[in-house]
Amino acid sequence: MSLPVIYVENLTRRFGDFTAVDHINFEVNEGEVVGYLGPNGSGKTTTIRMLLGLLAPSEGEATVLGYDVVRQSEEVRARVGYMSQKFAIYDDLTTLENLTFYGGVYGITDKERIAETLNLVGLTGHEHTLTRDLSTGWRQRLSLGIALVHKPKLLFLDEPTSGVDPTARRAFWDLIYQLAEGGVTILVTTHYMDEAEYCERVGVMRDGKLLAMDTPTNLKKSIIKGDVWEVFANPLEQGLEQLHQLDGVERVGLAGDHLRVISSRVKQEAMQSLLVKNNIKVERIERGEPTLEDVFLALAR
Amino acid sequence: MNDYLVQAANLKKYFGETHAVDGVSLQVASGEIYGLVGSDGAGKTTTMRLLVGALKPNEGSIEVCGYDVLRQTEQARSTIGYLSQRFSMYEDLTVLENIRFFAEVRGLSATEWLPRSMEILEFVGLEKFKDRRAGQLSGGMKQKLGLASALVTRPRLLLLDEPTTGVDPVTRQDFWQLVIKLVGAREGDGVSVIISTPYMDEASRCHRVGFMKNGQIIAEDTPSNLRARLNGRVLELRGGPLDVLRRVAHSDADVEDVQAFGDRLHIRVSEGTSKAVLKRLKKEITEAGGHVDELRSVPPGLEDVFIALSDHEYSSVFQPMN
Repeated sequence: MSLPVIYVENLTRRFGDFTAVDHINFEVNEGEVVGYLGPNGSGKTTTIRMLLGLLAPSEGEATVLGYDVVRQSEEVRARVGYMSQKFAIYDDLTTLENLTFYGGVYGITDKERIAETLNLVGLTGHEHTLTRDLSTGWRQRLSLGIALVHKPKLLFLDEPTSGVDPTARRAFWDLIYQLAEGGVTILVTTHYMDEAEYCERVGVMRDGKLLAMDTPTNLKKSIIKGDVWEVFANPLEQGLEQLHQLDGVERVGLAGDHLRVISSRVKQEAMQSLLVKNNIKVERIERGEPTLEDVFLALAR
Repeated sequence: MNDYLVQAANLKKYFGETHAVDGVSLQVASGEIYGLVGSDGAGKTTTMRLLVGALKPNEGSIEVCGYDVLRQTEQARSTIGYLSQRFSMYEDLTVLENIRFFAEVRGLSATEWLPRSMEILEFVGLEKFKDRRAGQLSGGMKQKLGLASALVTRPRLLLLDEPTTGVDPVTRQDFWQLVIKLVGAREGDGVSVIISTPYMDEASRCHRVGFMKNGQIIAEDTPSNLRARLNGRVLELRGGPLDVLRRVAHSDADVEDVQAFGDRLHIRVSEGTSKAVLKRLKKEITEAGGHVDELRSVPPGLEDVFIALSDHEYSSVFQPMN
């Protein structure tokens, strides 16, 4: 069995009194697509910066592709790709010019490799389009191409598909799965649940701690112990108050035109009769599916 | 008497060759949360700017609270609260001073603004922070201040342009609870909210959503009804190896679409075939050398619906709009 591509042990980073990353442990294996989910300020970026050797850990250790991130950071950086929307694409350059420019930064001057990369991200035929004329989805593909031009073994993606609709997001992820099948390992940082759903495993970060890391299916099964119910009732707010007080209800929230209830041992009939008894009209109560957002909220409380 | 706070018909807005908004009609009822859902560039922000009168349409008409936005712009605007994506506040002013600024700009008198501001700060949960400088607020608190500023004039219509971009799920949950409460609070002269978002998990919280693409609303309904269009037609498959699962699923004649999701596949089947597919797929996968951990019918998500709608080949299964 080969070594993990990312190995992190007790990794910690303090800034003065503030602990940005707090003793985290995880491993990522070759060809895996792993999500690193957490709000802004939860320690995601600090973790990535340590993995790239841009920031020294206060405690703990990490290896990337077998290289120590502190002592061998040059080796690491030569073998990883990084994609972020904060990364500048030159609007007044064409697709090809942008890719050639960034290829040059990595010392890639081979025209064939540039063409191959364009083909890989599906931009062949759009070489001479000015990047300002590309839609958000296409720009994201170009950013991916830029991160891939030097054939990295490990790819860091920072919110790669924010702001696009499901069709464009899906096209992008099909590319990512293709890369993973070819042996590239992928770590995606995001605070969007829609994006995390696409990962094989997801780590949940909050306040510098890695609260859990598992497949989305297992996270939903292990963290959300109870059932999810969608309660269509009127008036909603009184329904919310009533269900809040019901023994066995773990969480209840407003979800637009219905209430979302997570409960371990409350039966549908118990909710129904409580609401009816309090003069709340119950339209219907349906079974719902747990989401990664439910997982996050459960872990955060 | 009509109960629509917003009535827009056949709105068109061109920027040169670009048809940013291309024939959008919209009716939003009092007490309704309406979601404009689509990607960057789909026309959501332009639509909002047309509704608020900040842009003039090339074609079409808009009425807000009975006022013609094109001819009675000021009256119409006085009924609207608008939280733009680039909401800016004065970082060196306190929370209360910021709200006062917005209140005065919108013409609230000295006797009105203070009680109203305190009421709204209490509603969004910032009353304890009224003397804190805006620059010292967390991201979630800044967002609540933005909401408070948009609400200080008691608008009937609240326009929120991607309000939860960049905030964490807990803050987002709190924000949505406020929006839903706001709409539920006033029974008689209810408030309406139009919110734009590219995210399906947010869309699912709206009363009604319009999916936007290329400047047009390609489908519009309640989240439940939209999902119902695919009822019984989405299967979830977990197992391995993924390429075998995908190949076998694709080759099934009743499978319309296969979408990979990290540790599982979502399979869309044609109407009325799910039982048959459930029955034979497992066998086919085993024969092809794969294994199935779980195969079941799942409630369709809005994401499944959006993709099905965008899929030209199969869009005929949906009833045409109008």
